[in-house]
Amino acid sequence: MSSYAKPLPKLDPLNRPFWDHAREGRLAIQVCSACKDAHFPPSPVCPNCLSEDQEWQPVSGRGTLESWVEFHRAYWDGFKDDLPYNVCLVRLAEGPLLVSNLVGDAAKARLGAAVNVVFEQATDEVTLPKFALA
Amino acid sequence: MHELKNKVSVIGVGNTRYGAFPELDEYGLAARAFRDAVADCGIDKNEIDGLVVCRIPYYARMGEVLGIDPRWTLTLPPHGRMSGIGIIEAVTALAAGHCKHVALMYANIGRSRRVNYGGDESPGTWDPWGMTSPGAAHAMMFRRHMELYGTTTRQLAEVSVAIRHHACLNPDAVMTKPITIDDHEAARPIVLPLRLLDYCLINDGAVCLILTLSERAGDFAKPPVRIAGFGAREQYRGSSIANFDINFWHDAVSDAGRQAYAMAGVSHGDVDALMAYDNFSPTVLFSLEGLGFCKQGEAGSFVEGGALKLGGRLPTNTDGGHLSNSYMQGWALNVEAVRQLRGECGARQVADCEVVQYVQATPCTRSIIYTRA
Repeated sequence: MSSYAKPLPKLDPLNRPFWDHAREGRLAIQVCSACKDAHFPPSPVCPNCLSEDQEWQPVSGRGTLESWVEFHRAYWDGFKDDLPYNVCLVRLAEGPLLVSNLVGDAAKARLGAAVNVVFEQATDEVTLPKFALA
Repeated sequence: MHELKNKVSVIGVGNTRYGAFPELDEYGLAARAFRDAVADCGIDKNEIDGLVVCRIPYYARMGEVLGIDPRWTLTLPPHGRMSGIGIIEAVTALAAGHCKHVALMYANIGRSRRVNYGGDESPGTWDPWGMTSPGAAHAMMFRRHMELYGTTTRQLAEVSVAIRHHACLNPDAVMTKPITIDDHEAARPIVLPLRLLDYCLINDGAVCLILTLSERAGDFAKPPVRIAGFGAREQYRGSSIANFDINFWHDAVSDAGRQAYAMAGVSHGDVDALMAYDNFSPTVLFSLEGLGFCKQGEAGSFVEGGALKLGGRLPTNTDGGHLSNSYMQGWALNVEAVRQLRGECGARQVADCEVVQYVQATPCTRSIIYTRA
C-alpha cells in the first residue's frame, strides 16, 4: 500500500470519523443533535442552527446521480494510468451532496440514476466510498 | 443603493499588452497599466488618493512603485470574482468621501510563473477521488445542464466561436485565429464534456480603471462613463465543491441582475452589449439564463446562429473575453464596457452603444450596468 500515489485526505479531528467509518465499510455523515440537520463535509458548528452538539451517523448508502465528468488530464501523476477516469456527484438519500467515482459501467450514467455506495481500500488508513449504478 | 445611481463614473482605463512577460512582475505590469490609464484621462497621478489592488502581492509596495500615498486602500484576493466587488467597493468609498479618485489595479503574471489550476499539493476535500480544477466543476455543471435541458456541446461551441470572432477584431487579443463549431467539437478533451476551447487563457498582463464622482468626471480628457447600477449576491452554501453550484448560480445571478436593472432603470432590451465572465464557456450560458435574457434551460438555443457575435441579438464579450482576449479575471471586461460606451472599439465597436452590462456568475456574483454620460 505504500506505493499509493494518489492524493490522500488530510485527516483532522473534524473529518477523522468519516474515514474511521469508511474503513469499517460504513458511509457516515455529520448530523446535528439539536436540529437534526445532516451535512457533509463536516462543520465545526451546525450550519443550520450553529449548535456544536453534533454526531456522526451511518447512512443508507443510497443516492441519485446529479452529474458526472470524465477526466482526460491527470492533474496528479497518480491518476495517469487511470485516464480517462470519471468523477460523479451524488445526492445521498439523507440530503448531502458527495463527490465520488462511479465504479462499473459509467456509460450507463443518467441524471437521477439510483446509485449505491461501495468501498475501495486505498491504504491501511484510508478507504474511499465510491458508487455503483443500482 | 439607488442613491448611488450614476453617482460615480469611470474616467480612465488602461491595460498592458497581453501575453508572456517573464522579465516583469506584478508591480511592473500594474505600473504600466496605471500609466496607461493616467494618460487616458489626463489626471495628475498625485491626485489619486484611493487604491484597490487585486492579485498584487503587497499594496504598500504598489503605492511605493507609483509614488502615491492614498487615503484609502483595499486589497482583494487573487480570485476571479473580485473585479465586480472591487469596482462596487470603490463606488461606495467615493460616495462616502473616503477618497476623491480611485485607481483599481489588477495584474497577473500566471503564465510566466506557470500557475496551474488543479492538482494542488495540499489535498482538498474531494481530491482523493480525483476531483480538482475549476474547469472540472464547470464540466460537472454543464453535464447536468445537458441532461436537464438537452443542451448540446455544439450549442456550447457558439459561445467560444463568437468570443473568438471578437478577439480576431481586437488587435490586443492573445488568440487571433478564427475557430468553427467543428474545431470546438474536435478540440482536445480536458474534463468532458469540456474541451480545450471551453477553457480560458492563462496569460500575463494588467488592467487599471480610474473612478471618480460623476460631478467632477467632466474635468478629464475622455467622456466619462457612468456606473448606473449594480447588484450582488453571494452563494457560499455548498461551496466545498469549489466553483460549483448545483443550479448554475441561477438564483444569485437573477438576484444581482434584478438589483442592477432596478437601480439603473434599464431592462434587458436596453442592453447593447453584455460582458459575461467567461472563465469557462458554460458560465456565459448560465449568465444569460440567470439575468433573464432567456428562460432557464434555453441558453443553448438562445446562442445558436451567432447570437453573441457583433451584429447578433446580444453582442457578448466584444474584446474576446477570457476565452480569447486575455485572462484578466473580469477586469478587462469592465474596461471593454467603458471603451464600447466611448466608441473606441474600432472594428469591434457595437453601433450606437449606450448601455453595457457586466456580470460574473461565481460564488460572489456581481453585475454592473454602465451607461454613456
